[in-house]
Amino acid sequence: MNFTIEVNNKTITARKGETILEALERSGIKVPTLCHMPGLYPTGSCRMCVVEVEGKSNLITACSYPVEEWMKIRTHSPRVVNARKTNVELLLSNHPDDCLYCERNGNCELQKFAEDLNVRERRFPGKKNKYKSDPSGSSIVRDPAKCILCGRCVRTCDEVIGAVTLGFIGRGNKTIIGPPFNKQINLSSCITCGQCIMACPTGALHEKKHASDLQNALHNPDIHVVMNYSPTVSVTIGEKFGMKPGRDIHGILNAALRKTGFDRVFDTSFGADLYITELAAEMEQRLIKGETLPVFSSDCPAWVKYAEQWHPDMLPHLSSCKSPQQMLGAIISSYYTKLYHINPDNLYTVSAMPCTAKKFEAQREQMTHKGISDVDVVLTTRELAEFIRLNGIDTEQIEPELADKPFHVRSSSGKLLSVSGGVTEALIRTLHYRITGKDFSQAKIAELRNNKDYREVKIKMGDHKLGFAVVSNVKLASRLIAEIKAGRDDLHFIEVMACPGGCINGGGQPIGTDNAALKSRVKTVYETDDKDSIRYPYKNPALIGLYRDFLGEPLGSLSLELLHTTYKKREVPL
Amino acid sequence: MPSSNLLSPDKLRDFVLLNKVSDNTPEIEKKLSLIRRDTVTKPVIFVGTGTCGMIAGAGETLQSIRNYLSEKAIDAEIVEVGCIGLCSQEPLVDIQLPGKRRISFTKITAPRVESLLDEVLNSALPDGQVLGQYPHPHLEAWEGVRMLSEMPFFRLQNRIVLSNCGIINPFSIEEYIARGGYKSLTRVLRNYSSEKVCNIIEESGLRGRGGGGFPTGKKWKTALSADADERFLICNGDESDPGAFMDRALFEGDPHKIIEGVAIAAYAINARKAYIYVRAEYTLAVDRLKKGISQATEAGLLGHNILNSGYNLTIQVREGAGAFVCGEETALISSLEGKRGTPRPKPPFPAVRGLFGKPTVVNNVETLANVPAILGNGPLWFSGTGTETSKGTKVFALAGKINNTGLVEVSMGTSLYDLIFHIAGGVREGKRIKAVQLGGPSGSCLPEQLLDVKIDYEALQEAGTIMGSGGLVVMDEDTCMVDIAMFFTDFLQRESCGKCIPCREGSRRMHEILENITRRPVSESGHETLERFKGVMQLENLAGVIRDTSLCGLGQTAPNPLISALKYFREEFEEHIFDRKCRANVCKDLRVFYIDIEKCTGCTACAKKCPTTAIIGSPRNPHFIIEDKCIGCGICYDVCKFVAVFVR
Repeated sequence: MNFTIEVNNKTITARKGETILEALERSGIKVPTLCHMPGLYPTGSCRMCVVEVEGKSNLITACSYPVEEWMKIRTHSPRVVNARKTNVELLLSNHPDDCLYCERNGNCELQKFAEDLNVRERRFPGKKNKYKSDPSGSSIVRDPAKCILCGRCVRTCDEVIGAVTLGFIGRGNKTIIGPPFNKQINLSSCITCGQCIMACPTGALHEKKHASDLQNALHNPDIHVVMNYSPTVSVTIGEKFGMKPGRDIHGILNAALRKTGFDRVFDTSFGADLYITELAAEMEQRLIKGETLPVFSSDCPAWVKYAEQWHPDMLPHLSSCKSPQQMLGAIISSYYTKLYHINPDNLYTVSAMPCTAKKFEAQREQMTHKGISDVDVVLTTRELAEFIRLNGIDTEQIEPELADKPFHVRSSSGKLLSVSGGVTEALIRTLHYRITGKDFSQAKIAELRNNKDYREVKIKMGDHKLGFAVVSNVKLASRLIAEIKAGRDDLHFIEVMACPGGCINGGGQPIGTDNAALKSRVKTVYETDDKDSIRYPYKNPALIGLYRDFLGEPLGSLSLELLHTTYKKREVPL
Repeated sequence: MPSSNLLSPDKLRDFVLLNKVSDNTPEIEKKLSLIRRDTVTKPVIFVGTGTCGMIAGAGETLQSIRNYLSEKAIDAEIVEVGCIGLCSQEPLVDIQLPGKRRISFTKITAPRVESLLDEVLNSALPDGQVLGQYPHPHLEAWEGVRMLSEMPFFRLQNRIVLSNCGIINPFSIEEYIARGGYKSLTRVLRNYSSEKVCNIIEESGLRGRGGGGFPTGKKWKTALSADADERFLICNGDESDPGAFMDRALFEGDPHKIIEGVAIAAYAINARKAYIYVRAEYTLAVDRLKKGISQATEAGLLGHNILNSGYNLTIQVREGAGAFVCGEETALISSLEGKRGTPRPKPPFPAVRGLFGKPTVVNNVETLANVPAILGNGPLWFSGTGTETSKGTKVFALAGKINNTGLVEVSMGTSLYDLIFHIAGGVREGKRIKAVQLGGPSGSCLPEQLLDVKIDYEALQEAGTIMGSGGLVVMDEDTCMVDIAMFFTDFLQRESCGKCIPCREGSRRMHEILENITRRPVSESGHETLERFKGVMQLENLAGVIRDTSLCGLGQTAPNPLISALKYFREEFEEHIFDRKCRANVCKDLRVFYIDIEKCTGCTACAKKCPTTAIIGSPRNPHFIIEDKCIGCGICYDVCKFVAVFVR
């Protein structure tokens, strides 16, 4: 039911049941918000969206108050603007005031509020809370001094992802957000997905920086530095250089990275092809031998950590395949070094990922071979963009180049891993070929190409009718596990990504992404797949070459040694 | 307990509540009269063992009485009762001898037990400790002893909610039933529909006693008419205002009244589950409530198919973890759900979407304690008391600088003046009253000239304060209003849940600004002086924004103590700010000490103790305090044996 309300002396249309904020947004009236998270139940904690409603003695929050027919609203009256400004000044009065040194300088919501509301004076001098930052985590650094307690990270961790690590501690102005008992994050159940960083309006949460060593390594002639960048990074990094969302700049990226001094630049899509090939072989073997089913995907390290922590009994269900990053890393340090006569001790493998959990993954004790780490350093998309900028490279003035041999060709299946549902779609194609010997006829699987939290598809392959499910948060993964334990047996493969939407929306991606940008990124990935000439890993000549010259066959002894891993129960001290 | 040997709760229920006639009716009637103590066969000694009594030493008193009786082999009954309201006179001991009226004695600490019992058990009276006697139509009166009801403290009260407090044994459901308890519940379950109960309460004009004053019947109706498969009733006993103890006294003195009120309210909104949320610090209250609930369940007055009405109800006592904000209904609900006790935005109101997302009514303890009487006597009886908009009575916890601190219940419409100067006996030591703080930390201070205001939701609001839950603190001329504003602001900034910005950050800044005002300029640099004045300039704007934008009642009312103090005692603030003077000499940093050279003997005691060497002078000659060095600690004042040091 529609009706009209009066806003700032003009009439706008509102729908019954919606909030004032929704009605205002639809009519193009902007009210600032801080704690508001579309799709989640309003908490009304930041009071930034307050408006004046005639007949109400106090200001009310637009994000939580339902519109009613009688309403006369003023969104920017002096009283409202003064209230917003005072609240921002109050936040600033307990803020470290070190913007120039801050991770988020120029990309900070608090800074923006202060600017928009024309805060030019320190009206409230007073004591500030003193907190130390917590660098203990493998991926995420928490700096409570900068936290303005909007609670978005807490809600993301709890309601969106389901990791339930962060929470409010204490009360009054001593309130702090942190892991249980405000202990170090490395002792907590944090799965390092980094979505809290994406939710944070200030610099209170950021990834652990790993780029500092890199500059030295690149300028050391004795060290052979290779780059292993995710197919997702090339789709999103352009946004950091001011390009429109959804532009895949892998060619420019190849050239730019070479300019910064990388000896070789590889696209992890090749690793993704390898992952799909091994995963399909593993699936086929488990199906034939009747081993543990269903299989859970293992390319998302945040999910793997979650499973090790909370579902140790389900670990045999996890695919033994290393993730594409680690697979390519392992192949680089073995096959590639052998091929080009490089001493593996002098090899320095850098990967660039849309993810913070990959930092954790690269440090897993299982991810080494003969004492050499598969991957030495992991950078996020953000860090990589900073690194390119640091090296004075203008991405607008650069000619695209190809990735380096011997991993220069990829199939578009590998590219699909960027989005949630992609692993499953790619797996279905290869598995279908392995089982039936024929290409999978469906060009795209519509059931998997949407943005629902839970997706499911049933596919017939030869004698098998196989069930595939896709979830992109660990909360739903836990629910599925409960269903499976309760006897559900129609599923054979479950793809779990910790981040909503998959790596394309990962915790290492540019901050401040809106839904439209996200859609453009996804569109690009699917378009690449639709148009690509090589769509199947088993038709990738470089991959075929690798198996012919080095690995032998999927699940062969060398594959098992290099490309597969193990998991173990992980205790959570807190 | 002897009374339980008299008649089982089941029998009582059948006979009193369900009017089942049996062969031995006269015998049961006789036993009932024994339970009511219309007649006693041996001496009965009542000891007030509420928290206030226990703190005053009632535990030891009780032990001494037991020892005395066993040593002398006297057959007497000891009954523990709650608080009758005269907390300043605790430990209170009442004695009822066979055939004689119950008589009350004050301040009976353990050492006084022996002489008291020696005399009273021999029908004599000790000097100075008699409070008064209870009226009774048949029993013989004590000669020369006033009736309790003649005392101004009791005479001006109208005890509906507190009718049983301090009189009956809170551990005995029999006594409660024998005195008319659970009759209303029985009537409701047998004769009334839920809608009818809501209507009666609405008609009575009962309003929420937690402070907001929302019409109770209306709230119930909203919950009853909300579309849901499940509803909850919550009794809010998270009483945390400093100086307030209405709920505690009720829980401790008459738990069954609350249980009956909860049961009726739950029936009225068709809830099958009710919670009583009590502060964990109220150990006695929790204990008595839990016992009461199990007694009522055993008697078939709670639980499955109550009195064959087909209605089921379980009541659970939940203990709060001590957060002030959990008194706010949505925070309380969060806490009950097992989550962090922080408020949620309203709407949706709990009556529509509350505990576990279901319609929930949260009522104050006193509100629910009114319910059985309203159902028993009818809505017109209730609305006959009080004012146009505020019906019935209100319980107040009197604290501060008055003679009779304690718990009282007065009709709405009584003036604050009567309450303070007649019932509470006026200000201690004959000092002048300065202000009255009503409504706890989020209430306001009223000055002396406004004490004629009537106790009525609207009248109090007009005067610039709120009814609040019933805490009333009286302050005399020795109180500094800046200090008081600072105390309450500090309380609220520490108790803020930390969720919304204005309350979390704003109340802290407000407190800091007040702190700066009370700080001495000596230790201040020019920059600090500037900051202090800047703060003062922001104070009113800041208070306005906190009130305007905070999420819940705690934040919205956090500036009240400050705003009201600024309104009525502005000159005191200005003295602090501009003259750097505290007229009540409370703000330590602003005190400056002087030495009267006439009185000073030059003993050097003060100079030796002064921590800042601000006192100079040679032995046997008058000393002198250097004002700029003095930090106002007052050590010189304390050590001077010749009263030569004075403060100005």
